[in-house]
Amino acid sequence: MSFEDDPTGTYVGSFPKGFGYGPEETEIEGATNPGEEKPRILLMGLRRSGKSSIQKVVFHKVSPNETLFLESTNKIVKDDISNSSFVQFQIWDIPGQIDFFDAAFDSEDIFGGCGALIFVIDAQDDYMEALSRLQMVVTRAHKINENIKFEVFIHKVDGLSDDNKIETQRDILQRATDELADAGMDNIRLSFHLTSIYDHSIFEAFSKVVQKLIPQLAILENLLDIVISNSKIEKAFLFDVVSKIYIATDSSPVDMQCYELCCDMIDVVIDMSCIYGARDDGAFDNESAAFIKLNSSTVLFLREVNRHLALLCILREDGCENRGIIEYNFKCFRSAIQEVFVARNKQANKSTGHPQMDHLVNGQIDGTLDSGISSQSNGMLGAAGGHSFLNGSVRRADDDDDDD
Amino acid sequence: MKKKVLLMGKSGSGKTSMRSIIFANYIARDTRRLGATIDVEHSHVRFLGNLVLNLWDCGGQEAFMENYFASQRDNIFRNVEVLIYVFDVESRELEKDMHYYQSCLEAILQNSPEAKVFCLIHKMDLVQDDQREIIFHERQEDLKRLSKPLDCTCFATSIWDETLYKAWSSIVYQLIPNVQQLEENLSKFAEILDADEVLLFEKATFLVISYCERVQHRDVHRFEKISNIIKQFKLSCSKIGASFESMEVRNSAFAAFIEMFTPNMVVMVVMSDTSIPSAATQLNIKNARKHFEKLESLVTPHRGMGSNTR
Repeated sequence: MSFEDDPTGTYVGSFPKGFGYGPEETEIEGATNPGEEKPRILLMGLRRSGKSSIQKVVFHKVSPNETLFLESTNKIVKDDISNSSFVQFQIWDIPGQIDFFDAAFDSEDIFGGCGALIFVIDAQDDYMEALSRLQMVVTRAHKINENIKFEVFIHKVDGLSDDNKIETQRDILQRATDELADAGMDNIRLSFHLTSIYDHSIFEAFSKVVQKLIPQLAILENLLDIVISNSKIEKAFLFDVVSKIYIATDSSPVDMQCYELCCDMIDVVIDMSCIYGARDDGAFDNESAAFIKLNSSTVLFLREVNRHLALLCILREDGCENRGIIEYNFKCFRSAIQEVFVARNKQANKSTGHPQMDHLVNGQIDGTLDSGISSQSNGMLGAAGGHSFLNGSVRRADDDDDDD
Repeated sequence: MKKKVLLMGKSGSGKTSMRSIIFANYIARDTRRLGATIDVEHSHVRFLGNLVLNLWDCGGQEAFMENYFASQRDNIFRNVEVLIYVFDVESRELEKDMHYYQSCLEAILQNSPEAKVFCLIHKMDLVQDDQREIIFHERQEDLKRLSKPLDCTCFATSIWDETLYKAWSSIVYQLIPNVQQLEENLSKFAEILDADEVLLFEKATFLVISYCERVQHRDVHRFEKISNIIKQFKLSCSKIGASFESMEVRNSAFAAFIEMFTPNMVVMVVMSDTSIPSAATQLNIKNARKHFEKLESLVTPHRGMGSNTR
């Protein structure tokens, strides 16, 4: 499959690049120690493996075709992406040609506070050198910070046939894990993703990486499960609108095509809002909503959750007969999410008292965050239960469901 | 009703690309795969149900061109309703382009003097932003002068932005027989709905065929942008084997409804009063459907619209 066959997803017309989201919230962490406690994502790989392109396409709305003109990166580029309070992370685009073991290269600092390390391998190129580099980086990083999650992007797979893709993935996986085992590091887990900037696979892969770094993921997933089971929804995603990364989804399996359609729907909603509903503070606001009915008796439904997040649902047409119920359930969901936020911010404030501690005991802080959130959210979930999501026509009428 | 449309211009100027984008749902970058057109490619495009555009895409290599003006002259230039002549803005052989254009006009004048002439100054994306306006005006003046006694309408176009839609919308607009009637009804409809604007799109191409603007909007290219957005989304849907039937998008400042309207038209209603419930607008659209179906069939005499709820 070449990207030429993929007619959507890459379209960038003459629409404003900023997409009218309004000013970025840079002051979120203002009171505390800025930057330190954000989960940090490192983007690494040999030169010309596609790191900068990935970053541009996913976070800066650059069209994949335009990345051809990117110049090679010569220094570490630190990119703070704080467009959403859920996705507060930094991407360090580390150029391929830097020598890690240069004295000037402070690996303690680089790996110390890092949540995930993405290693990009160009699948269209000979990847032996990349693999040995991967092993070196992984061992080194693990020594300094054993909580780093290692993610390998087998990149530029748009140029490979389907069989070839699987074969390449198998080969890389085999070699990488063998090498680690030989070095006695088999306790390190690597995750592998097949990616390309010409389709949605790169967004999907990033979604998975980011989700691992969100301490309250389980709670969000749980909330989504509750919403969908009570509203006859088939599938629900919580999207970061700017990057089109999904922060969480319910427990049913993700169908790639559904995900792509949801991404495209976000584009439609934002583009149309920019034309007809743009004001000074952006086009995505607290009344942003969209309904799209497909002929396959499927309905796509989008609602704003907060400034940066949107809930996207896929439901059967008969399930949305009563929009009021969905609306009510959505409101319950939204207030629950906001409570998760409050809990999280409280924790964030606590944890930043000791900037030194942050990069030393990163995992531990995650741990306290996690337990803090879950205790907070137990109460919250209870409250949500108390509101009781409406289901069908009667409150809590699960038993009557079979009758209609 | 058949209308013969001639698409001419020198080889490589982008005739087949634009035809593919407008009528065959190509996206811009896919047009790179198109090869040169050999001789004349005929295609029939059904537009609005009973309006058939008979497109003659005439390959622009010199050998073919000479042929058109000589042995095929009658065949090609007879019964032409519309001539669309495409100029590559980057062309280095301006003289020659103009020469062919004039020969073409001559032939038109002889065989189909009633034909409407449109000139597209194409590939404008290759010209620097600040130069576009200036160059376009220069060319436009030249062309208007050279076209006399015929009158020509010029557009600056590029397949990479909305200008191509704009040009084709205006061209097609002139081919729809009862468009005034459609427009009158549309403005009444907009009034009843209390809408900011109402647009009618042709279903297959998503070209704007008629619109009513009740509240002025700052973006003059918005229709073409909407066409583009919806067409893209249609393609996304088709990947999962679906097509969309209706769409509602809103935020605190507007509500927009896009619905399949008649068998060949799609309507878009934009409201700035968001307190009006969606259901009311949707019901209005539903009730107007029948009326516009009649209008579309081009034969029904004008009738009032009594069945709206607001």
